[in-house]
Amino acid sequence: MNTVNLEINGKAVTATEDMTVLQAARDAGFTIPTLCYHEALTPFGGCRLCQVEITSGGRTRLATSCTYKVEEGLIVTTDSEPVIRARKIVMEMLLARCPNVPLIQDMARDFGIEKPRLKKIKDENCILCGMCVRMCAERMGVSAISFVGRGIHRKIDTPFQVQSNVCRTCGACASVCPTGAITIEDITSNVPVPIPSEFDTVLGTRHPIYVPFPQAIPNVPTIDKDTCIHFLTDQCGVCESVCKVGAINYEQEDEILELEVGSIILAPGFKPYDPNYIEGDYGYNRMPNVVTSLEFERVLSASGPYQGQVMRPSDGRHPEKVAWIQCVGSRKAEICKDYCSSVCCMYATKQAIIAREHDARIHPTIFNMDIRAFGKGFERYYVSAQEKFGVKYIQAMPSPMVRELGNGNLLLEYMNEDGQGKTAEEFDMIVLSIGLEPSEHTKELAKTFSIELDDFGFCKIPELEPNIASSPGIYVSGAFSAPMDIPESVMNASSAAFLASRDITEARGTLVTEREYPPERDVSDEEPRVGVFVCRCGSNIARVVDVPGVAEYAKTLPNVVYAEENIYTCSTDTQIKMAKIIEEHGLNRVVVASCSPRTHEPLFQDTCREAGLNKYLFEMANIRDQCSWVHATHMPEATAKSKDLVRMSVSRVCMLEPLHESPSPITKNGLVIGGGAAGMNSALGLAAQGFETVLVERESELGGNLRHIYYTNEKESDPQVLLKSLIERVQNEPRLTVYTGAEVKGFSGYVGNYHSTIRTSIGEDVQVDHGIVILATGAVEYKPEGEYLYGESENVMTQHELEERIATNGIDAGELKSVVMIQCVGSREPEHNYCSRVCCTAAIKNAIKLKDANPDVNIYVLYRDMRTYAMKELYYQEARKKGVLFIRYEPERKPDVSQADGKLKVKIFDPVLDDEVSIPADKLILSTAIRPQPDAAEFSSKLKLPLTADGFYMEAHMKLRPLDFVNEGMYLCGLAHSPKFISESLSQAQGAASRAVTILSQPHLMSGGVVSVVNQGDCVACLTCVRVCPFNVPKINEDGVAEIEPAACQGCGICASACPCNAISVQHYRDEQIMAKSAVLCS
Amino acid sequence: MTDTYEPKVIAFCCHYCTYSAADLAGSMRLEYAPNIRVVKLMCTGKVDVPLLLRAFEDGADAAFVGG
Repeated sequence: MNTVNLEINGKAVTATEDMTVLQAARDAGFTIPTLCYHEALTPFGGCRLCQVEITSGGRTRLATSCTYKVEEGLIVTTDSEPVIRARKIVMEMLLARCPNVPLIQDMARDFGIEKPRLKKIKDENCILCGMCVRMCAERMGVSAISFVGRGIHRKIDTPFQVQSNVCRTCGACASVCPTGAITIEDITSNVPVPIPSEFDTVLGTRHPIYVPFPQAIPNVPTIDKDTCIHFLTDQCGVCESVCKVGAINYEQEDEILELEVGSIILAPGFKPYDPNYIEGDYGYNRMPNVVTSLEFERVLSASGPYQGQVMRPSDGRHPEKVAWIQCVGSRKAEICKDYCSSVCCMYATKQAIIAREHDARIHPTIFNMDIRAFGKGFERYYVSAQEKFGVKYIQAMPSPMVRELGNGNLLLEYMNEDGQGKTAEEFDMIVLSIGLEPSEHTKELAKTFSIELDDFGFCKIPELEPNIASSPGIYVSGAFSAPMDIPESVMNASSAAFLASRDITEARGTLVTEREYPPERDVSDEEPRVGVFVCRCGSNIARVVDVPGVAEYAKTLPNVVYAEENIYTCSTDTQIKMAKIIEEHGLNRVVVASCSPRTHEPLFQDTCREAGLNKYLFEMANIRDQCSWVHATHMPEATAKSKDLVRMSVSRVCMLEPLHESPSPITKNGLVIGGGAAGMNSALGLAAQGFETVLVERESELGGNLRHIYYTNEKESDPQVLLKSLIERVQNEPRLTVYTGAEVKGFSGYVGNYHSTIRTSIGEDVQVDHGIVILATGAVEYKPEGEYLYGESENVMTQHELEERIATNGIDAGELKSVVMIQCVGSREPEHNYCSRVCCTAAIKNAIKLKDANPDVNIYVLYRDMRTYAMKELYYQEARKKGVLFIRYEPERKPDVSQADGKLKVKIFDPVLDDEVSIPADKLILSTAIRPQPDAAEFSSKLKLPLTADGFYMEAHMKLRPLDFVNEGMYLCGLAHSPKFISESLSQAQGAASRAVTILSQPHLMSGGVVSVVNQGDCVACLTCVRVCPFNVPKINEDGVAEIEPAACQGCGICASACPCNAISVQHYRDEQIMAKSAVLCS
Repeated sequence: MTDTYEPKVIAFCCHYCTYSAADLAGSMRLEYAPNIRVVKLMCTGKVDVPLLLRAFEDGADAAFVGG
């Protein structure tokens, strides 16, 4: 297209010949007010606000810029005195017509008009811009509305002023109306049908063009072809007209890509159970205040449909009595959902606690069959829900016949826990804890990849070969193989990644392209120019803290040249915008006031690098975790504190200096501590990926606890075959060096460069250099000396001991008449407040074994909650079918075991019979706890690793980094992490190996940054730093002064504090950089 | 004097433990008094006497060291 040259406000501007003066001026960065212009509509020249002065052919006059086409040599003035005067008159007339429209009032104020000078003509909302009329006619092709009447009677209306029946209720007219004068109800009696939001479930709505959820990746809008007017009628196309970058492409079709790959991971996830499946199930869909747990999750969410306020859908009232009903779509053979969904007990507990935190008036009640708090740390959480948050757990399943009362409340009827009669209780709201089921496409996926599914549609995987589908080269992770929670899925994903990458080890790194950053800007000679970005975090921060106020305050601080607020500072589009702002405003320091630097600093630092700024010229103020989330009831104080934190961060950021990291080499060997199932599998994993590894086992033979496991519930699984195979493979693997009867005596170093001293079985000390460590030191079975006559009667034994006897024919099941098993021996006690996870399933495994050998034996399992999660529920079902009796006991009324004439007798209070029963027992089997290694405290301090309150090793993050330690290059698997099944240990071991390979496979590590540096001129070699460093890093070098290896330094700064000569400082945490914060504490 | 005394407390917190604990307090929505201003350090090993004295000089009514 031809271009024309014109002049706007003295600036030479080039435009294409089809442009209007308004478009050309706006593209050139000039602001022209308008009320009737829209990119997608034909220019109308209706509001007259866009008037400019045009000089053409020697004549100067006023013209509306939206309708005036550009011409060669045109001279335009947008801000001359006559222009302003003309616009002001227009504005005065608009204000006289619409004195109460906020937009008009605001615009008038911008023109310096406070009160209407002209006589009030009428009190209208409509300014007759005609955008609605043009939108409906030009874009929607409907013309349901039009201008009618003349002069002061002119208005927008439907033909003959009757409600239109051609209106599609698309709402385009209302969406462009600048003053909110149009309502669909005025135009038509057709009722608009809202589009339910997939993310906010039925509680929220969305547009046909939408971003699926606030933190979606990629964070771009998508068009829903089924509801978009353009796809339905070929009209509209407004989005294409207004998108400045031309990103809208209606022709785009699904593409089929062909990829050559060496291995495949399937992770299709799960689908929440649909409670409509059985009509009338708890009244869902008929009663608005019965919601699913997923819907309630959105109710609780700050970015959800109610902005985090706990309200009920029918009337927006804050509910007080809320009931959760567990096992909806789980543990129900009658609907072919026999399995347990594993996660619902804990998410219901979490929701109850959060609801209670949001609103202290809420009384949560959770109706359940068993509470399955089997994960790491879950038991404590479950106990705290009851003790601290008043969550009530009732072991009864209410009748599905829910009655809705006139006020929207719901009446539930349930059996009393003592088995005596029923209770009918009124609740304000009911949450259905829906289970997990395979997603719709799973069957198709299975067909495509020729893999087998189980009876319920989950992927079939061999118990002792986790993550391996039935077709070679295909691996699975997450809830595709069975319902599982976040940490399990993360571990599982690492394991699948391990298997997939093992197959293609040789190709590692061949497709890598290095990310390139723009060259770093040298800011050393510049005065600090600070930009402050204050985040609303949806409403997480903004609900409590006055975010605009904080941003305004930031602008007043010294050296701050830019400040703004954002809805989500971490979103992709804000990051792009931020990089642009850094460049445009020449910022050389950046402060983000949002969440924790522990999670988000790397992201923002990356943005700084993208904008050519050194990443150390950045600082965060944590106004979410330290203000809005913890001072929700002190809003003014939270805002004041946010301002303080921003001021302190700005003060510090001005003192920061750019730092540079340099590459340091990696020892590409591994060390695995512990030679049980997990340790052996990890070591084999590292070897399979090409890394030489040392495996250290304390006992004289390999195998750990696996040596004592003879069978599982799965008939095809043989743990002893697995044991032999693992040992054989370990012994035959040339990349592995195995030390049995050996211990790790000394340990030092840092990621990529660890050094250990191993004392071998013959007392020799061997030095090993290694780049990573995998800790798989296992755990032990609790021997309950003194409890329930254990150790006093030979007929009292642990599940392990029973298993050993069954496997070695040391017990004759045929002679047994009665066997009693007691669960939770040593678990779920105040001093050992965790669930040992495997004991319920182990009891069932042994009970079935005895029943199969002798169907007449009476087996009684005395339990607190049966925690046979996921597919293990099927064995619980099988045991019940085979006649195993389960009797619940409360911890306050534990079973009483006595012995007379060599006969055991167990007394237990049966809540169903409401009486004490006495059971004679030939054998009493105790389901004892899994305990941490007795020397875990000592060993963990040698490796400088933390333990949980229960004595198991503590991972870096409970949910997101379950296999990593905080110390870089150190990983965790097996029972040392927490009690678990063999299959889970094997999967974790592979996952840990996978995590370790992320270090070992790198060419080098970057070191430097936050590390101590010695000003050697001031050093007197007093050895203080050498003595105090917990990592043994400082050395006295050949010059007789202290030297600190940056790659080894952890940046703790102990040496810097201790140095009597002040010769050591920590980069990024120099005294003046820290004190910069306290310096402005009170200003 | 109708004003109640509100001390300003400066808290020097270790990145790995106490600062994480403060984050955890956040995600658990545990309320505490809004008088505390946290200063993150890589480790409280960096805290020495001059740092604390300076904080008092700068107007802090109390200093908390968590690591």
